[in-house]
Amino acid sequence: MSVPEDRRYSKEHEWALAEPDGLVLVGITDFAQHELGDVVYVELPKPGDRVTRDAQMGEVESVKAVSELFSPVSGEVSAVNEEVKNAPELLNESPHEKGWLIRVKPDDPAELDTLLDAAAYTALIE
Amino acid sequence: MVPFAGYDMPVQYAGVLAEARAVRTAAGIFDVSHMGRFAVDGPDARALLDWVHTADVGEAMPMGRARYGLLCNESGGIIDDAIVYRLGEERFMIVANAANAPKVFAWLERWRGERFPDATLTDRTAGIAMVALQGPTATSIAAQVAGFDPEAVRPFNVVETDVMGAPALIARTGYTGEDGVEIMPASETASALWRALMDAGAAPCGLGARDALRLEAALLLHGSDMDENVNPIEAGLGRFVRLEHDFCGADAVRAAAENGTPRVLAGFRTAERGPAPRAHHRILVDGSDAGEVTSGSYSPYLDTNIGLGYLPKEASEPGTPITVDVRGRLIPAQITPLPFYKRSR
Repeated sequence: MSVPEDRRYSKEHEWALAEPDGLVLVGITDFAQHELGDVVYVELPKPGDRVTRDAQMGEVESVKAVSELFSPVSGEVSAVNEEVKNAPELLNESPHEKGWLIRVKPDDPAELDTLLDAAAYTALIE
Repeated sequence: MVPFAGYDMPVQYAGVLAEARAVRTAAGIFDVSHMGRFAVDGPDARALLDWVHTADVGEAMPMGRARYGLLCNESGGIIDDAIVYRLGEERFMIVANAANAPKVFAWLERWRGERFPDATLTDRTAGIAMVALQGPTATSIAAQVAGFDPEAVRPFNVVETDVMGAPALIARTGYTGEDGVEIMPASETASALWRALMDAGAAPCGLGARDALRLEAALLLHGSDMDENVNPIEAGLGRFVRLEHDFCGADAVRAAAENGTPRVLAGFRTAERGPAPRAHHRILVDGSDAGEVTSGSYSPYLDTNIGLGYLPKEASEPGTPITVDVRGRLIPAQITPLPFYKRSR
């Protein structure tokens, strides 16, 4: 199971990656996509929507089940990955890269430091 | 692994979509040993099965033939769907759904006691395993691994043979819409057979792929798409009923066939990929409640969502626009002819 060290993790199996311009990229973890199985549908917020840490921001449906997506940070959605809407399999194929979900302008950039680091998340899923 | 009718069953091995693709393009194997296998033997065996089964298990059923049909209660409600295999003059096997197996055995036992005492019933579920090998390359793999002869054993036929050195049945039947076989070996040889089939290129498949494939082929699932509250005519299974013969529930089924039924099972597909309709989601026609989904899923073959549901007859015509309420979202869909998938021959 891949757990990149460049980002932070929530207990709900989302990752948050701080970008150089101060925005935060959000997606689901490799562990999450593995547990979900083949993803067939993703529902995401729209640009301009507010997301709140640990609150539902969308849902992901696999051939097995429907699961809620929880935002790992609070802020305003600045972009949404339109590609995963048309090709939800990107969440399985590339959960940390091409399968990113939303880009958020965080209310408090320091909030990321309160999430799990790679080592703590690895311990959680082991 | 998930609990299923008292068995621990794998939902998936490599992934539902990869497994479904393997079955449509090459071959997959499913462990379906959980299904109930009952031997019915003796002078009254044929008459007993002919009475409980809607298909023709009577005079016209040749040796080595398999017939799909329904078991109905006295009011024509579907107790289970099952395949009857004729192995000899007075030797038969019937394969029932796992969840219904105890009920089906009791049903057979009841009629044996009341009307067909010269039949014996034996539950062979534990002693015999069952592996479905399905897909365009399935019969050639069966030939290679189990000495199966696809020219001699045509679809819906069965042969008694030896597999891995032990007696086994090989039936040219399945639940995926593909050509293939269901192998029933002695339980002791099942693991070796499974490994040999994998080595020959068959992909292990779980319940997830089985459900997606059977829905694409519009093969109904008892307990979801049919139950004791519907008769075979409503369920669109009239072709598996021989109305001319005397079977339990025949009067009710004949009446339904003659007069039609107010509701029938229909298939639909959504206009776009989106959230998938699932069992019990409401179906609306012209904005009003018209029924509910009995099975629904993403279809890997059609790359859209498909489903089944009971609808008023007038709303069940192909082309009729419907709406499915998927967790509060109204998803546009259209009635389509069944099956959703039919293999090219």
